[in-house]
Amino acid sequence: MAECVKDSDAEGRISYGDYVVLKRGDVFKSVQVENKKKVIFEKQWFFLDNAVGQLYGTMFEIEAGGSLKLKAAKHSGDSLDSKEAGQDNRHIVDDGRSQKLSRDDIETLKEQGLKGQEIVQQLIDNSTTFKDKTEFAQEKYIKKKKKNHLRYDTLAQVLTLGNIHAGSKIIVFETCAGLVLGSVMERMGGYGSVIQMYPGGGPTRAGMESFGFPSHFHQTLHEFPLCKVNALLAGTLDLSEKDADGNGRSESSQETSGVSEEKNSEPQSMEVSVDPQEEVRRAERERLREQRAQEKKVKMEEKRKKLASAAALLEGRNADGLVIASRFHPCPVLMGLLKFVAPSRPFVVYCQYREPLIECYTKLREQGGAISLRLTDSWLRHYQVLPNRTHPVLLMSGGGGYLLSGTTVAADAAKARNQHKAEEPVAKRLKLDKISSSCDSSA
Amino acid sequence: MSFVEYSEIIQEGDVVIIFQGHESMMPIKVQSGAQTQTRYGAIRHSSDLIGQRFGSKVTCSKGGWVYVLHPTPELWTVNLPHRTQILYTTDIANITLMLELKPGSVVCESGTGSGSLSHSILRTIAPTGHLHTVEFHAQRAEKAMQEFKEHKVSHLVTVRNQDVCKDGFGITGIADAVFLDIPSPWEAITHAKSAIKRKGGRVCSFSPCIEQVQRTCEALLDHGFEEICTLEVLLRVHDVRTVTLPLPDFGPEEDSTDIPNTGNTSVICRTATPPREMAGHTGYLTFATKPRD
Repeated sequence: MAECVKDSDAEGRISYGDYVVLKRGDVFKSVQVENKKKVIFEKQWFFLDNAVGQLYGTMFEIEAGGSLKLKAAKHSGDSLDSKEAGQDNRHIVDDGRSQKLSRDDIETLKEQGLKGQEIVQQLIDNSTTFKDKTEFAQEKYIKKKKKNHLRYDTLAQVLTLGNIHAGSKIIVFETCAGLVLGSVMERMGGYGSVIQMYPGGGPTRAGMESFGFPSHFHQTLHEFPLCKVNALLAGTLDLSEKDADGNGRSESSQETSGVSEEKNSEPQSMEVSVDPQEEVRRAERERLREQRAQEKKVKMEEKRKKLASAAALLEGRNADGLVIASRFHPCPVLMGLLKFVAPSRPFVVYCQYREPLIECYTKLREQGGAISLRLTDSWLRHYQVLPNRTHPVLLMSGGGGYLLSGTTVAADAAKARNQHKAEEPVAKRLKLDKISSSCDSSA
Repeated sequence: MSFVEYSEIIQEGDVVIIFQGHESMMPIKVQSGAQTQTRYGAIRHSSDLIGQRFGSKVTCSKGGWVYVLHPTPELWTVNLPHRTQILYTTDIANITLMLELKPGSVVCESGTGSGSLSHSILRTIAPTGHLHTVEFHAQRAEKAMQEFKEHKVSHLVTVRNQDVCKDGFGITGIADAVFLDIPSPWEAITHAKSAIKRKGGRVCSFSPCIEQVQRTCEALLDHGFEEICTLEVLLRVHDVRTVTLPLPDFGPEEDSTDIPNTGNTSVICRTATPPREMAGHTGYLTFATKPRD
C-alpha cells in the first residue's frame, strides 16, 4: 500500500504516540510524544502535551513549570526577524550598508529578538533528516570523546550502493541500534521485505521505532537468528514447536515460575480444604497459571511462524541485496550471508576499521562470486558561506568508517582466478598467487 | 528488467551491462538475432543472453567470457553515454539522503543533462513517486525521454523542454524536493519555492564554483529558506594489494642456539593504499529547507 503524499494539514499535526524531533539551532533529539511525560532536551525539562494538535514545524517557548507555549509567528519576508528568532547566526548577512556586523551588533540583534529568559524550541517534521543531522550534531559532541560511528555520508553511500529500493528483498545485519535498519526500511517504503539477521536473543530495533513508520511497514520486516544460519543452509532447520524459541533462558525461567507455582499449590491441594475463601484463591491461581501457559503457547507459536516465514524468504537464496554494519568481524558475517544473495546483486559492508575489510576483499577474490570490489571511505567538508567570509569550517575524514562494496555473480571459483587477473591493476597481478595461508592465520 | 525493479531472467529489449573485467563494462540492448563484440569475442544475443539468468557467465566466440549484469542506476552512471558532465554516485548518494527521497516522493530536477541523477531518483521514488525534470537543450531532452522509455521508467517521469529560470518546472505546490544543477541556480529559486508543497520541502543546488554557491545561498535566504548548509563530499578509494617487505639481517644473534634463519628474508603483507591523488572536486552541494507556508 502506498504511503500517500497528500498535502493536507491533518497529516501534519502532532499526535500522542508520534515520534518527533526536537530542534534547537543545530541540536536535534528524537523523542516520543507521551501524555504528561517529562522530556529533557538541552538541559531543560518540559512536557510536550501542549504540542499535540499543532502543526509540525511550529516553534514553542518553554514556560516556567515546563509547559510549551506557541511562539508568535514571524513574517516570512523579513529575513532579519528570522535570524533573531534563534536561527543560526552564521546566516546573519551583510545587508550591504555595513561591511561587517561586529560581534556587538550581533549580540544586540539577539537581545532585541529574544526577551530575557525566553528560549525557543521547534518541533520539526518527523522526517528522516533527523538521522543525518543527529549524526552530525552528535559528531560535534562526541569528537571530544573520540568515538567513531556511522556518519550520515557513509550511511548515504550504503543506501545508494546497495541499490535499496521499493520491492526488493534485503538482508540486513547491523548493530547500530536499528538506525541502518530504519534507513533501509524507509527507502523501501513498505514494499518488498527486509530480513534482519540478529546475534543472540533478539533483534535491536529502538532506532528503527523512532522513524515512526506506519504499521503496515512492520509487516515487511522479518528477523532470523544467526545461530540458525548453518542449519538453514544445510536444510536441517527444525521449525517444529519445540525449537521455536531461540533463547533458552526465557523458556527455563518460565518453567521455574510454573514449577514453583505448582509447588505452592500442591501442598494445599493435598489437604482437604474446607475454607471457601482458600478455595476461591486456589481456583484463581489455577486460572492465572492456565492463562499464562496459554499466553506462552501463543507467543511460542508466533515466534515459530516468524522464524518459518523468515526462513522461507532466505532459503531461496535469491535476496536482492545485503547490508552489513556491525561491530562483529565482517569477514565471516559476509561470507556466511552472501550465500543467500542472488547473482548480479549489490552488497555493502561497513566497518569502523579498514583491515577487516581488506580480509573480506582478499577472501572474496580467492573464492570468486563477486566483482567490482571497492574499499572506500568518504570525506565530508562543511562550508560557511557568507559575503567576504566564505571558507571551509569542518572536515570530517577518517572517522566515518570504511565501506566494502561489490556485486555478486554466478559463482565459479576456479576460472575466476585464472582469467580475470586483468581485474586488478598490474602491480597486484604479480603477487596474487602469493595469497597464502599466512595472511589468514595472521588475522 | 527495469531500472526500478529487479528481474531474474534476461529478456528481449532489456538493457544489460556486460562486465569484461576491472573497470571495463559496457551497456547493450538485447535484441533477438543481434551480436555484440567484446574483447573476448562475440556474444550472440539470442543464444547467449535471452533466457539466461542475470549474473551468469557468458562464453564469447573467442573462448573468453564475461558476466552479464542487471542494470542499476549506479552501473548506469559509470556506463552511460555522456552528453554533459555528470554527477557520480558519491554526490548522488548524499543528495538522495539529504533531500529525504523515498518511495512516493515528488521531485523536480533541472537540468536533466545525461540522466545520471535522474535514474537514481527514479529508482528511489518508485513505484508511487514522480520526477519532473526540466532540460533546456531540446536534443538532450529528447534523448532523455527515449532512454527513460527504454529503461521502462517513463511512467514515473515527465520531461519538459524549457528554461527553468524563466518558466519553472511546469508544476506548483506538489514537490517534496527540488534539485538544481544549472549555471545560475539563484535565478531558479523562486520557481523552486513555488514548486514545493505548502507544508514545506527540501532543495539542493549543485555548483562547481564557490561564487555560484554564494549567490545561491543569498537567494535562498532572501526567499525564506532555512537550514541552509553547504558541503562537499569526496570519496577515497583504497587499492588492496599484496606487498612484499624485505626483512633486515642483523647477523647471527650472540646467545641464540637456534639455527640461523636463512629462509625468510621477506614478509608478505596484505594492505591497502590510498591512490596518489584523491578524487577531484566535483562541486559544492547546498541544501536548504522550505518551511511550511
